[in-house]
Amino acid sequence: MKRIFVRLDHCTGCHTCELACAVEHSVSKELVAASMEADRPKKRLFVEYVPDQPVPIVCRHCEDAPCLNACISGALWRDDRGAVRRKEEKCIGCWTCIMVCPYGVIGRQERGGNWLAAKCDLCDERESPACVDSCPTNALVFSEADEFASTRRRQVEAALAPPGGR
Amino acid sequence: MVHAHDLMAPGDRELLDKAHAEGLVTGRDRLAAMQPQCGFGELGTCCRMCYMGPCRIDPFGEGPQEGVCGAGPDTIVARNLLRECVGGAASHMGHARHVALLLKQVGEGKVKGYEIKGKAKLLSLAQGLGIATKGRNIKAVAVDVADVALNDFGRQDGEPMAWLKLRAPKKEFEMWKDLGILFSNPHNELEEAMHRTSMGNDADPVNLLLALLRMGLADGYAGLYMGTDLQDVLFGVPKPVQVEANMGVLKVDSVNLAVHGHNPLLSEKVLEWAGKMEGEAKAAGAKGVNVVGVCCTGNELTMRHGVPMAGHNLQSELILVTGAVDEMVVDIQCIWPHAAELAGCYHTAMVTTDPMVKIPGATHIEFHHDNADEKAQEIVRTAIEAYKRRDKARVNIPKYKSTVIAGLSVEAIIDVLKKVDAKDPLKPVIDNIVNGNILGAVGFVGCPSLKLRDTAMTERMTKVLLQNNVLVVTTGCTAHILGQAGFMNTEAAGKYCSDGLKAVLTAVGEAAGLGGALPPVWHMGSCLDNCRIADLLAALAAKLDIKISQLPVAGSAPELVQEKAISIGTFFLALGLTVHLAPAPRILGSPVVTKVLTQDLPSITGGRAYVETDPEKAALGLIEDIKSKRKLLGLSV
Repeated sequence: MKRIFVRLDHCTGCHTCELACAVEHSVSKELVAASMEADRPKKRLFVEYVPDQPVPIVCRHCEDAPCLNACISGALWRDDRGAVRRKEEKCIGCWTCIMVCPYGVIGRQERGGNWLAAKCDLCDERESPACVDSCPTNALVFSEADEFASTRRRQVEAALAPPGGR
Repeated sequence: MVHAHDLMAPGDRELLDKAHAEGLVTGRDRLAAMQPQCGFGELGTCCRMCYMGPCRIDPFGEGPQEGVCGAGPDTIVARNLLRECVGGAASHMGHARHVALLLKQVGEGKVKGYEIKGKAKLLSLAQGLGIATKGRNIKAVAVDVADVALNDFGRQDGEPMAWLKLRAPKKEFEMWKDLGILFSNPHNELEEAMHRTSMGNDADPVNLLLALLRMGLADGYAGLYMGTDLQDVLFGVPKPVQVEANMGVLKVDSVNLAVHGHNPLLSEKVLEWAGKMEGEAKAAGAKGVNVVGVCCTGNELTMRHGVPMAGHNLQSELILVTGAVDEMVVDIQCIWPHAAELAGCYHTAMVTTDPMVKIPGATHIEFHHDNADEKAQEIVRTAIEAYKRRDKARVNIPKYKSTVIAGLSVEAIIDVLKKVDAKDPLKPVIDNIVNGNILGAVGFVGCPSLKLRDTAMTERMTKVLLQNNVLVVTTGCTAHILGQAGFMNTEAAGKYCSDGLKAVLTAVGEAAGLGGALPPVWHMGSCLDNCRIADLLAALAAKLDIKISQLPVAGSAPELVQEKAISIGTFFLALGLTVHLAPAPRILGSPVVTKVLTQDLPSITGGRAYVETDPEKAALGLIEDIKSKRKLLGLSV
């Protein structure tokens, strides 16, 4: 399955991905209108910060997902792409998923007076997630894990190999 | 760039802890919440000049390298920088023009409550401007001088503005003429800069940077010089005065009235009425009204009246957290909107006074030239009323305070030096620069930045400079920082300076009858008063018949925050000074702008921008610069 990978050295910390994520998960799907919706649209990824280095943190959609295992109401499920998603009508707001997520990327959102878990759904209506598409520096990449790794290996090869071969 | 460290001033820490215990947030919390800040903004490569944008240039080279119109990073950065400079220059011009208008009205007898206290300064300005003074009423002369200033803002004849011709050093004037950066009408400079940076105009980064230098000159002569000169005419030329600095100047048993902002038109009247209304304060159970200064209007009152320096711009929030401020009255510039919210968490009255500076949650008492006495009384009475509501249980005034010698206008410095050499007062300074007792001088200007404040950036740079015989002069909020840190009293030379500088300061201090050494850091006024630094340098350069750029001196905005620091820095670059800046100005996304300002400028004006956020490295960098200038003059290093 394709997941969101982060190229840390490309992140400028502009937060554009967060904006795009919130807009994508709004009713209107448009920045200005979304910012005025009564139930404030919530982002599902987080650009955190250590000195001089912004760090985007996104849901890994873990193969053996602690949130999915821990969900007591059956609100969390895995779709046919492999994405761990939330069923709105089943979520009871117990925050067990928040408690067990090793990345801390599950948030909370208000929906018509109820509080629900809010997490990355890999934008099931889009070819690639809104955050990835919005990133101005391509710090976020939507790819197969093996493909991401082989791309990284090719970069390392290019750096290590002598120019023009041996 | 934010660092975790433990160099926060102890009083600040006490109050920050109190704020958190009381559930209040301050700028430090908001800065932490704002991380990471936008990389495009920091690099200067975000363009919002038109509605095809906003456009941003990918610094990694994979994404867009041009905006929708085709403007590349060099154009975008140069345009943004010029607009920042416009913001700063407009602030100083607005301030100066306000003072000129008041002077004219005072001269015409149209306003009560103000008088002309700096008669000698008025006469010397009049003579410089070719205005007749002999046998004339001082008020008539004041009207003529004010008219010259005000007419500069309407000038359409293309001639260099009168105030620039009056105050510009000769060699630099010729240099600016040759570079084509002299200007005529300062308001037109603002107009043209906004025009040329709007979508579809000037795209040449070098041409934009020449306009930037011109904007720096407009800031210098239509803002700093004009404003300070005319304030000296109205309120008097500052003389040396001993005051106390830091939040410990607040008093438990008095009405504490903090003036914050920049324009002494307001604070002078508030101070006057605070004295006259002491009876009302006593009737309310207080010992009196304790007027304390915050930011630069504080510096103005300190310089002329010895009003205690309660704190710099960044401390404006923490001062409220003491719970001991009964009123904070503000005018223009550097006033954080959050102050009103914090004041609302205490009994404190937050009062705005300028029609263009209103803050939600504050009380607005509009203050004009013609209602000054009436409104100043209302402002002081508001403080006395608030005092009655003060919750003593929530008061915590940190005990820290330092002694500061302030009031070192150029005139005051010359007066001090005359006691060493009455006929040739600059000679002792020059002799000691030549013999190396004074290696050189650095002027610290500008703001306290939350991004660097708790690294003690300004204090640490100062320590290194003083250890290397470099004299320091300062204005504005950096003067508050250095005053609080103990660099401005008679003991400081012995404590911080190496032998050469210590010997000079001790000799001058004793000759001047200070009862100790002259402080190694000179408080020369508010941020508007940066022209006093320029004036001192111009006098030294003129005496040696060299350009200012040849003097072994440099400038530094070690914690720059406001656009005014950009315009002041640009003025200094145009004068030919090396100007250290931290944090980095928003130019690093443009190779051309970065190269011109940091490498090419020495061959244009003699100035140079120098970026370094490590305090020790920055100080050593400036010392290297000073040494290289000494070598060119054939002096020892």
